[in-house]
Amino acid sequence: MTSKPAKISVQGVTKTFALGRDTFTALDDVSIDIADNEFVTVVGPSGCGKSTLMNILAGLETPTRGRALVDGAPVHGPGPERGVIFQQYALFPWLTVRQNVEFGLRTTKVPKGERRSRAEHFIELVGLERFADALPKTLSGGMRQRCAIARAYAVNPSILLMDEPFGALDALTRVKLQEQLLETWSRDKRTVLFITHDVDEAVFLANRVIVMAARPGRVYDVIEVDPAIERNEEFRLSPEFAALRNRVWHSVYHQEGRTAAPSATHAATS
Amino acid sequence: MSVLDKRGARPGHPAPGTTSGEQAGSGSRDDRTTAPERGRSSGRGRFPLLLNAASVVLGVGIWWAFAAAGFKLPTPPEVVDRAGTLIGDGTLADDALASLTRVLIGFGLGTAVAIPVGFLMGWYGIARGLIEPWIQFFRTIPPLAIIPLAVVAMGIDETPKIFVIFLAAFLACVISTFQGVVDVDRTMINAARVLGAKDATIFARVVVPASTPFILVGMRVGLGSAWATLVAAELIAAQEGLGYRMQNAQLYYDLPTIFVGLISIGILGLLMDRVLLLAERKLTGWQERR
Repeated sequence: MTSKPAKISVQGVTKTFALGRDTFTALDDVSIDIADNEFVTVVGPSGCGKSTLMNILAGLETPTRGRALVDGAPVHGPGPERGVIFQQYALFPWLTVRQNVEFGLRTTKVPKGERRSRAEHFIELVGLERFADALPKTLSGGMRQRCAIARAYAVNPSILLMDEPFGALDALTRVKLQEQLLETWSRDKRTVLFITHDVDEAVFLANRVIVMAARPGRVYDVIEVDPAIERNEEFRLSPEFAALRNRVWHSVYHQEGRTAAPSATHAATS
Repeated sequence: MSVLDKRGARPGHPAPGTTSGEQAGSGSRDDRTTAPERGRSSGRGRFPLLLNAASVVLGVGIWWAFAAAGFKLPTPPEVVDRAGTLIGDGTLADDALASLTRVLIGFGLGTAVAIPVGFLMGWYGIARGLIEPWIQFFRTIPPLAIIPLAVVAMGIDETPKIFVIFLAAFLACVISTFQGVVDVDRTMINAARVLGAKDATIFARVVVPASTPFILVGMRVGLGSAWATLVAAELIAAQEGLGYRMQNAQLYYDLPTIFVGLISIGILGLLMDRVLLLAERKLTGWQERR
């Protein structure tokens, strides 16, 4: 343990929602510390509150109890140091790729010349330079998500919060984008919190995999992945990967014993 | 807390704790961003145009046949002849101009008021609560039923005519503008917020463009309502106008003039609709078509 403070620190966060007469506990006393430039994935069954966790860190929701700190300061609303990438891409369909990437630069009042060149740079980083002036409707799902990644990167956040960004993509595109994301990340490191329901994805990308359990949402297990390993096809097919994958898989799909915690308000989620 | 947070609390917002993975189907992804659109998906080549023309010729032929068979109808040549006379002495142009002016003023005012009101209703819960009952109430009253009241309250000059047209256009447009604002994808608003946009920016750069397709559809419906109301509005002691001319012709069993009036209204309405459709295509070409 070093004395360096955590980049992201979630401290005893509980989030409950009113659900008719019941309350639904989306997160129950969750604590997570994430170091600077760490790549952390969060995996868990649906209803484990992983999206809620991300929304709290993004500043789109506030915790019922506990607190979320970024660089030691409590989160109050969205901020430019935290970029968010949504599963549904959330591109503005009436803007071109370039205009989408420039959106955050305009709201943060970056002068026009710099805006141009920064947008250019990040569009290139995700390999969309040929489509810079295309509208989102003409792009494939994978290209849209790359555009969303460029848009988030352009504001130069030190933290990237990604909520199942590849969830709506087909398996092939997903693998490709995982590799591209890591490539982008290794060239331009940020602290990443990546939410997924895909065990392979969680293991492949992470320095650390956080497994969550549902009802109430809580941290169930933490699995370290050696950051020194090079993330490539070889790793994906290696016995080490298979072992890690097994471990995470068991954590996610066999959460016996603790799933029926007595404090759980087992309100229906659907 | 901003107004956006309050908006988020309305029912229909995805249940908290539901992970977005459950909406993973790409088919449902963009449903809400695609506003209503009509008749644009199929390409219009030369062939459909040919079919359109053939259909018109056939229709006129059937009309002619009925007229020849002794039905109380003028024949096409009689109508063309009358149109020639009415164009020649300037009556048709005057009438069309009078009607168009009424429709354009009523429709222009109607949409000019409807769009801001629709935005207010969609954006602020308070405005919605205050305004909605009135809109819903007046929506159930046909604008024509307002005519007696309008005449008594506003006299018999242009004001009541324009007012009734205004009301028709306003009611059609306000509902769809409101719907457009309410239906703006929350993820899109969240995306703007995390990119540093504040309420004013979100409104101008996300809500307005996202609801434009709805507004334009509302305007087209509003224009239809405005035309539909015109003739009846011109029953109010008008001195000129296509509706007045037809009404007048009715007194003399002057069927050709009635036909000229009907066809003129149809053509003018169609032309104005095409103009709006063109605007719609220009402004909302970014929409995904399915």
